[in-house]
Formats: sequence, structure tokens, C-alpha cells
Amino acid sequence: MAAPETSTAAVPTLHTNNTVRNAFGGVLSFFILLLIGVLAFSIRLFSVIKYESVIHEFDPYFNYRVTQFLTKKGIYDFWNWFDDRTWYPLGRVIGGTVYPGLTLTAGTIWWLLNSLNIPLSVETVCVFTAPIFSAFASWATYLLTKEVKGAGAGLTAAVLLAMVPSYISRSVAGSYDNEAVAIFALIFTFYLYIKTLNTGSLFYATLNSIAYFYMVCSWGGYTFIINLIPMHVLLCIVTGRYSSRLYIAYAPLVVLGTLLAALVPVVGFNAVMTSEHFASFLVFIIIHVVAFVYYIKGILSPKMFKVAVTLVVSVGLAVCCAVIAVLIALVASSPTKGWSGRSLSLLDPTYASKYIPIIASVSEHQPPTWPSYFMDINVLAFLVPAGIIACFLPLTDASSFVVLYIATSVYFSGVMVRLMLVLAPAACITSGIALSEAFDALTGSIKFQLPGVSTDAEVDAGETSSDTTEAQNDEVKAEKPEETSKDRRSKKSKKKEREHVERPSAKAKVKTKAEKKRLLALPLEASAVSLLLLIVLGAFYVVHCVWAAAEAYSAPSIVLTSRSRDGLHVFDDFREAYSWLRHNTDVDDKVASWWDYGYQTTAMANRTVIVDNNTWNNTHIATVGTAMSSPEKAAWEIFHSLDVKYVLVVFGGLVGYPSDDINKFLWMVRIGGGVFPHIKEPDYLRDGQYRIDSQATPTMLNCLMYKLSYYRFVETDGKAYDKVRRTEIGKKYFKLTHFEEVFTTHHWMVRIYKLKAPKNRIRGKTKKSKSKTSSSSSSKTSGTKKKNPWH
Amino acid sequence: MEAPIRAREILGFTLLSLLFFVCRSSPSHNLLISNAERRIDLSSHIVKVYLTLKVENAGSTPTSEILLAFPPTQVDHLATVEALVTKGKRKKTTIVHLDVKPTELPDAPNETKYFTIYLANPLNSGESTTLEVLYLFTHSLEPFPAEIGQSESQLVFYRDSALILSPYHIKQQTTFLKAPSTKVESFTRVEPTNRAGTEMKYGPYEDRPSYSFSPILIHFENNSPFPVVEELVREVEISHWGNLQVTEQYTLVHGGARHKGVFSRVDYQSRPSLNGVSSLRYLLARLPPRVHSVYYRDEIGNISSSHLRTDSRKSELEIEPRYPLFGGWKATFLIGYGLPLQDFLFESSDDRRYLNFTFGCPLLDTVVDKLTVKVVLPEGSKDPSAVVPFPVEQHFETKYSYLDVVGRTVVVMEKKNLVPVHNSHFQVYYTFKPMFMLAEPLMLTTAFFLFFVACVAYLHIDLSIPSMSPRNLPKFRLKYHSPPEIPQITPRHTATFVCRRLPPSVLTLHHPTAGGGCHLISHLTIGPPPCCIMLSLLLLSNSHSLEILVEHLFVAPSP
Repeated sequence: MAAPETSTAAVPTLHTNNTVRNAFGGVLSFFILLLIGVLAFSIRLFSVIKYESVIHEFDPYFNYRVTQFLTKKGIYDFWNWFDDRTWYPLGRVIGGTVYPGLTLTAGTIWWLLNSLNIPLSVETVCVFTAPIFSAFASWATYLLTKEVKGAGAGLTAAVLLAMVPSYISRSVAGSYDNEAVAIFALIFTFYLYIKTLNTGSLFYATLNSIAYFYMVCSWGGYTFIINLIPMHVLLCIVTGRYSSRLYIAYAPLVVLGTLLAALVPVVGFNAVMTSEHFASFLVFIIIHVVAFVYYIKGILSPKMFKVAVTLVVSVGLAVCCAVIAVLIALVASSPTKGWSGRSLSLLDPTYASKYIPIIASVSEHQPPTWPSYFMDINVLAFLVPAGIIACFLPLTDASSFVVLYIATSVYFSGVMVRLMLVLAPAACITSGIALSEAFDALTGSIKFQLPGVSTDAEVDAGETSSDTTEAQNDEVKAEKPEETSKDRRSKKSKKKEREHVERPSAKAKVKTKAEKKRLLALPLEASAVSLLLLIVLGAFYVVHCVWAAAEAYSAPSIVLTSRSRDGLHVFDDFREAYSWLRHNTDVDDKVASWWDYGYQTTAMANRTVIVDNNTWNNTHIATVGTAMSSPEKAAWEIFHSLDVKYVLVVFGGLVGYPSDDINKFLWMVRIGGGVFPHIKEPDYLRDGQYRIDSQATPTMLNCLMYKLSYYRFVETDGKAYDKVRRTEIGKKYFKLTHFEEVFTTHHWMVRIYKLKAPKNRIRGKTKKSKSKTSSSSSSKTSGTKKKNPWH
Repeated sequence: MEAPIRAREILGFTLLSLLFFVCRSSPSHNLLISNAERRIDLSSHIVKVYLTLKVENAGSTPTSEILLAFPPTQVDHLATVEALVTKGKRKKTTIVHLDVKPTELPDAPNETKYFTIYLANPLNSGESTTLEVLYLFTHSLEPFPAEIGQSESQLVFYRDSALILSPYHIKQQTTFLKAPSTKVESFTRVEPTNRAGTEMKYGPYEDRPSYSFSPILIHFENNSPFPVVEELVREVEISHWGNLQVTEQYTLVHGGARHKGVFSRVDYQSRPSLNGVSSLRYLLARLPPRVHSVYYRDEIGNISSSHLRTDSRKSELEIEPRYPLFGGWKATFLIGYGLPLQDFLFESSDDRRYLNFTFGCPLLDTVVDKLTVKVVLPEGSKDPSAVVPFPVEQHFETKYSYLDVVGRTVVVMEKKNLVPVHNSHFQVYYTFKPMFMLAEPLMLTTAFFLFFVACVAYLHIDLSIPSMSPRNLPKFRLKYHSPPEIPQITPRHTATFVCRRLPPSVLTLHHPTAGGGCHLISHLTIGPPPCCIMLSLLLLSNSHSLEILVEHLFVAPSP
């Protein structure tokens, strides 16, 4: 259509200066990235420095235990691992129910180090996996933002992500949880998607599918990707941005990605059978229809095309209706409409609290409060809107993706505190864009307004400095085609070539550019002040992040410290109890506790537990909840039927540790009552208030949890003053007939009781009849029958 | 109720065997013991026996071997036997240690086990000498009752013989037993027997024939905790960069009366003098001076209850297990520390190096059932050999540590039933060339160097297949007019150029300068030859034509 014209270029000799500057910029950004990686890693080491190199909290202990198994027994045993140490007597198929990404990653790192004869322990590798992957995540953020808005925005976003408190909270050293690697996988998948979208390269599309596979391996949050990308594709199609690049970015991802996802045992056929994935298939169909229409449009004349459209639309609508009706019928036939409980609670925030107390009982599944936004993303919350505006100037495929990402993640973070983690990268990317654009505009104006700087020099500088200017952005764009085709020439020669191209056009541009700049320029004072304010804002962010990393999110929660006048006081009761269980009970003894402590008990005490943090069997958890909320004898019977030998309760009343079992007790009642209706929540509440003092209900004062927590508590201070509830307890002197105290830790935080042998039952019955409470015995016996599914 | 019955059975059995001993005719030894005094210290769970023997050679031939006899039940618990002779008079006394070796005698009555003391100078006929013998028993105090509650005190049995078992005729002998407290429940009387406070005196007994045996049983209170290390693995790693890293893995158990029933923290904390008196609350480890980087942890992390006190002569590490150990309770933990190498590594005269380190367990007053000492020599060391003052099992292993290629030789020494007396020094000799110290730094340097070389090479070597067109045409100016069917180039229009003269190689687009302006060329793809270039254009406003500069990058322009 257009004939190429050749023009010879005179190559000016004075541009070596520019080459050096470009090379310098490249090296500089490389080192900045390196430092960002170091920053991301080292800001997460506060927990190791302040406490010790230890696995944190609850879930990480399970992951750690799985990793230990993996490194000891190998990959095949890992896939086939049936764990009989948990969910007694059901057991759990670990290989098929766990997202293996994290454990395989840490296992691979460990194996690699050990094959290089670097004898790091599995624990050390596990502790430091999260910080390492945070460094990777910030580099992935750089790549993603660079694809969207250029290298300057990329670097800014990477710095922001390296220390965003929300992400730090999940990835401090020792926080060995799925999210640690999943956030990296998430960002990297998005980067590859954008990269494919920008280049239309099938190579990146394939990489994208593999990154998606890694994400599926790592975290259940992969459904976010497989819903967000189709949404974006749909958005592009609707706004008339369909292109072959979009097709290449999307179609391989769905096909390859779904196939790969189905390889992960925990996902398996869910990848094609649950509603979470249906959106992607629908969009997959739509994009093919659209591609087909574009193709037809190309080969038919406009008139014929119109005829074809009416024909196809009428037939197609009928077929679609039929298909959709069938699909809806299929989906509606399943009780949860094909959606898993957690996903449903995402769509309907009130779902969980209404139907699934076990999901609602986890604090991280609660909706966040406003302060938690400020705590977790801090000043980014204010920068995000600016970033969104910057994304619209101009709106490209990539920037529209960022806008969509931030919009959806804001919604999801509003549903669950935990998903604040998904919001954090989006907030960092948009804020990075906003900051970088703002700096760009402000420094540009200052440069322009400064007297003594010639226009020529200004433009020259604008093109080469700080790689955030428009010219540089275009250059970045222009560079892409080079990369797509397989010419592998050295970076240096590329740069040199680019200089040569730049010259003639630059001369032509000088005028227009200068004019444009003049129009956009702000007054010198205003830009200087705003620059200063932006720096202050950044400083505030850094200070807050360091504080959050050092103070708020570094506690490993298995060892607590408190600062008092006479120095640091360490509460190491959890490990004291687990260590006692590990060494002084029989290896096959079963330990019952509330499910929070299940993972820790299996990992640290190596004892069989009844329920653990993987809350897959609601009935089983309800059985334990029922036992805890029943009177002693009924509880003994439930525990005895489960072959339990020890009961572990966490009690914070002596030292004031607030997250103990008495504070969690209402959830036990609720979950237990959800399955066994004879446990009724109002029985434990006095006028709707939960209390353990003398006003408490008799049911409350006679339930097992109360008794095990406060057994002989009165003898510590004579008054039985509970420091957590800030009150004296209701029933101070009582004896245990079916349980005996076998171990209590130094600060009373963990108390372990042993079930007395069955022969004591008769004696217990005669004594018990006296202390029968309001709950009728007939309902109790009927409840007991239902309570013991293994009788 | 079972335990006393069993005890009685054993007693009966020993009495029977005693009869057997007594009836036997004495062996044809020339030696006789003119005076024997035995002091048995029962204050801790390690039973210390000091035996003073005055040996007389009544025969005609000089002899240098003196036999000590032990009943088989005691031999299993015998940790060590030492013998010494004091020489000289008054102030100029010197102590000479004598060799003691286990001996098998063919006609040992009733499985009696023997140890032979080798005198430095043979004892001539008619001469006499005084020997000091010290031997220690472990696991010899049997708790009775075997299980006690938290508030009860610990009572134990000790069994022995009132008469010293000996293959020789003993003219006169006395035995003193020292209990830790005055609370002695009962003791067997073999007249003359006296008790004064904590001490019981058996004897003096005159002219007892060889192999005399008279079992006694003492039941007394011993509230000291019985710390028993079931297994201890000490790993000593030598680094010629100046550090000696010691790692000790303990499996500790309280060997006293088993804990029974409840453990009540409230009783334990409020009445410590009455509750859990025999519980093991803390341990003291005596470490070498100038110790650094001490850690104390177990498999689930750091244990925060420990104190380190250092002075110029010794370091003391006071450690508390995570929980107080009652009878039968176990705990495992790990102690690690670093030491300056120059305090322990020396060069011997034959140009070899040797490590001089203590063998036993640094915890005070503990019994170690099984000890494994591993000395990890630096990589590249040769001809290792260990010198230990007592018999141990030895073998070699190979260990791979940081960046090792050939592995480090590990000298492994194993010994059972150790007491603090075994804390003597041992030596491991080996040869080592200092060049090997540089192996790992050099390896790392080489690896990084090669990595950088590879990077440089990758950036500088062009591996692409050269294009067929050597055209020296670096740039094309493309003039694009809107096609006839479309009146204007609308925003986001795809323009297609067909360039027949262009090779399908890399193209770079430059900023187009058409009026109105192409804001951004968001994408460019190159079709198959004849080369199509498809451009997606994003225009700020509609225009009829625009000019795009395309550069053919492959051919480098020559200025």
C-alpha cells in the first residue's frame, strides 16, 4: 500500500555521550534492582534478629512438616503420602489435598544446596524462602510495571512492593506459607500476560501458561488470575481493542493453563468442573467468535457481512440460550451451585457468617476495617487514584489491565482481610506509576523553568535521563519488535544503532517537543514544593514500613516476649508443652485440642491430633467443639470414643495472653452447635453477653473448656483473677473427675490433661449426678449417640 | 508390691551363690590382703568406691599382677576402675597410676569378672604394698518405690556385699557406706555393723577366705536428680581458619524414680521445697575458656533459659530444660559453641598436627550411657589417628560440609557408660597441607569468574545466523496513505505495508512525525516474505496520511 522510501542517514559523531548515558542508565537500574532485592530480603529479617530463626504461627508448621517429609522421603512418597497423624481416625491424603508449590520450591532449594554440599537444614531453607521470594516478587513488579509504563514506574513500583506492609505481614522470615511464593507467581503471571499482550509472542504465551501452572501449584488464589484475565480480555473485546495479540495472550493460556492446572492433584478436574473456572471458558468461546467475525469481515464484502451477521446472530442466540440453560441446570443441581464456600464468601460477604461458622471463625477471613487499609498499604491508598488516572493517559491494553486489577482487588480486599495481600501489588503498581509520572512532570517543569538551560540541551536530557520521559518510553516500545524476532545482537550495538535512528528524528522533534513542554510546565516554586512533599510522603511510607516490619509483623507467635521494667521476658510456653508431649507421651497417643493447634502439635510434638488447621471436615471439628462445650462426663465419652489420651487447652488468664481458648470458645459452641443441635449458643450467654464471672450461666461454668482452663487457678493468687477477661472467675473451687492434669507450662499458657482410665467411670457417674445442670439428660444421651460416629 | 518380692528373690539367689563361693576352696594364689578398707559414697547417683588394699606376697615367686573381682551384676554398671600407688614418704609422695585391664580367668566361679592391676615393680616374696583403687558404678541405685508422686521424696536401694569380693584371702576388712542424708529406711546388718549419722560401718571382719560374699541392702533417701544422658553425640569440627566448632546432641532422661500421676504446676511453683525435690531443674555444663557463639536449642527452636558465665579459666553454662524433668521424663537438646583453634590444635614434633580435646560430657555429675565423639578434620587432611586414654571403638567416616569436593575425614569414637572421670584429653593426629585451605575460596572465585566471563561472552558474541541481505540501507521512510475504502485513518488502525525489498529481519520503528501525530506505535509485527509490516497505530486525531520511519537494523551503517 505504501511504498517504502529509503533515506540515508548522516551519522553524527557527537553522540557517544548519549550511548554512555544509556549504558549508565542500564547499569544503574540493574544495581537499583539489586538493591531493591536486598531491601526486600533484609526488611523481612527483623523476626530472625529480634526473635530467632524459627517457623511462625500455624499453617507454616504444616508446610514445614510436609517439606521435611519431602526432603526425607522423596517426591513419589510425597504424592502418595497418607498422613495418619492428623484427623484421627480419618487421616488425610496430603499429596492430594495440599498445594505443593511452596513445599516443592523449598524442597528443590534444599536439594540444590545440599547437592552443592551446602548443608543447610530444611528449617533454615523454609525460614528464608519467603524473603527470597519477596525479592523475586519485587523484580517481577518491576517487569510488569515496566511493560505498562516504562522503567521509571517499574523501579518505583518495585521499591514500593519491596516494603509494602501488607506483603511483609505474610512473608517475614519464618512465615513459610503459600502466599510467600504465590504473590511472586501472581505478579509474574500478570507480567507475562502483559508481555504477551504487548508483543504477541507465542514464546511468552507459553511461559505465561507455565507461570500460571506454578501459581496453581502454590495457592488457591490462582482463581483470581483465571477470572481477572478473562475479565480483561472481555473488556478489551467490548471496548474494541481486539487484536491477534490479545488472542495469542489468552487462548494458549486457557488451553495450556487448564491442562497444566489439572495436573495438580489438589485441583484436578476442578479445573474444568467448578464455577470459578467457567468465566475463562466462556471468554474463550467469545474470543473465538470475535476472532472468527474479524476473519469473516476481512474476506467478505460489507454487504455480505451484514447478511452473515444477521444469520449467525439469530442462529447463534438460539444455540447459546440452549447451552447456557443446560449449564445453569447442571450447576444449579449441585448444592453450592458449583462454588466452593470460600469463593462464595468472596462474592457474597455475608455468606460465610451465615452458613459456615468455621470460615467465619478465622480472623483473617473477616472483612477489614478502615485502619487496616492504612496499616497495610499506608500512603499507597492515596496514591492509587492518581495512578489510575495516570493509567488512562493514554489507556493502553496494559494499563487497562492494571486498572481492572486494582478495581477487582479493592473489592476482594474489602471482603476478606487476607486478600489485602492481592491488593498490595496492585496498589504498588498504580502508586509506582503515579509517583513516577508525578516526578516526571515535576522534574520536567523544573528543568524547563530553570534559567540557563538551553532548549536543545533540555530535550537532549529529557530523552536520555532517568528513563521516565516520554521519548524514552517510546524507545522502550520501539525496542520490543527487536526482541520478538530472534536477532541476538549485543545490547551495546543495539544501543548504538538506536542512537543513530534517534538523531534525525530528534532534530525534527525538537520544536514540537519544546512547545509541548512549555504548555505542560508548572511554575518552578510549585513544582519544587510538590517534589518536596512527594519525597516527604515517600519518607513517611518508608518509616511506616520499617516500623510495621520491625514491630507489628515480626512476632513468630509461638514465642512471645514482653518488655517489663526488669528486662525482656520470654514466654516460650507453647514449645515447652509441645516438647513435653514429644518426649514424655507414647508415640501413638492422640491429643485433642481446638483445631488452631493441630498443625503445631503434629509438627512440633509429633503426636496424632483429632483436628487441625486444614478445616476440611466440619463434623469432626464440631465433634471436638461439642466435647469442649459439654460437661465433663459427656466430653470424656466423646474423647474416649475418639481414642484421645490427652487434651490440650491454651489458657492466657494468668499472664494475659488474649488469644486463648476461652476467648475462642464461642466459636467452638457455634461450630459444635451447627452439627449437634443440643449445643445451643444461648446456653452459654447471659443476656447475650459472653462472660465467665459469677454471672455466667451454669452451662458455661460446667463445660469442659471452663474446667480445664481454670482448674486450680484459684490457688495462684487466691482470688482467681483472670487477666484477659479482667474479672474474677465464676466458679473457683471444683474437682475434675474424668481428667487429670499431667502438665502445665511455666506461665500456664498451655495445660495438658489426661483422660482417666475407663474404670473411673462408675465412680464419676455417682458423683456427677449431683452437678447435673440445666441441660436435660435425655437430650444429652441422644446427642452422644450422634456425637460418636465411630461407635 | 512386685518389686519387693523380686528384690527378695534376688537376695535369696545371691545368698545361695554366696554359699557356693564360701564352700569353694580358695585358689592357689600366693597373694593375700592384709588390710582392706572400702568407702562407698552414695551421695549422688554415681556410686564411688574407694578401696585401699594392703597386698602382701606370701608366696615365693615375685608377682606384678593383682586381681580385682566383681560380681557379674556389678560389672555391667562399672564405669571405670583406676588404681594408683603412692610412693615416697611424707612430703615427697608421688602418685603412680597403674594399668588396669579386664581379664578373663578360666576358672572364674559363678561368672565373676576380673580386673588385673599391673604393678610398676613386681612384688617380691614377702613384700607388701598399698594400693588405692577407685571404681565407679552407674545405674546402681534402684528407686524403690519405683514410681513416686510429685510431692514424695525419692528412696533408693543399694546392693553390695558387706565383704569385699576378692580372689585373695583378706585378713582384715572394713566397709563404710555414706548416704546423702540421715534418712536411711533400713540396712542389712552383718555384725559388727554400726550406723553413725549418714555413715554405716560394716566390720571390721577378720580372716575371711577368698570369694567371701555377704549381700547387703540399704534403703535410703536420695533426692538428688539422676541426670542420665542416654545418648550424646559430640561433633568437633576443625577449621584451619581459626575456629573449632563443637556441637553436642543430648538425649537426657531423669533416671530416678518414675513420676506418677499428676504434675501440678501450682504445687510445683508455690512449694518448691516440698514438691518435686528430686526433679531436674537445671544442669551445669563446664565449657573450655574463651568459648564463643554458644547456643542451646532443640529440634523446635531456641531454648531461652540458659546463662553463660565466663572467666579466664573456665566457662560455665547453666541450662534449664524446657520443662523440669521428673523421673522418667526425657528431653533432647543441642549445645553448640565455638572455640579458638590455637587453644586446642598443636603441631607435633614429626610435623603432624594434633587436636587435644576433652573426651567426655561437659555436663557435671551426669552419666552418659553412650557417647559418640566425631572429630571432623579439615578437607584434605591425611593419616588420621586417635589416641584415647581408655579403650574406645573407632572408625572413620566421610562428611561433606560447605562446598566440599572430596569430603572431610571424620574420626568416630564410641564408648558406653561414661562418668565425669572420663573427661580426660584425647588426641587426634593428622597431616594437613595449608594449601588446602585455599581450595574453597579459589573454587568460589573461579566459579564467579567463569560466570562473569560467560556473561561477557554472551553479550559480545553474536550467535545469530547472518541475514542474506547485505544491503546497506539502514532506514526506510514509509509513506502511508489511507486506503480508498476508509476515508480516514482512525485511531487504532492497523496499517499494512508490503516491502518487497526488505529482508525479514529485525525492524525498529521510530517515532512517526505525521501531522496530528501518531502518539504511540503500540505494536509491530512482521509477516512472512514478501515482508509485510503490520502496525497498530494509536492516533491522537484522525488524519489522512502519516509518515513512519522504519529502520532496518541489521545492517550497521558505516560512517
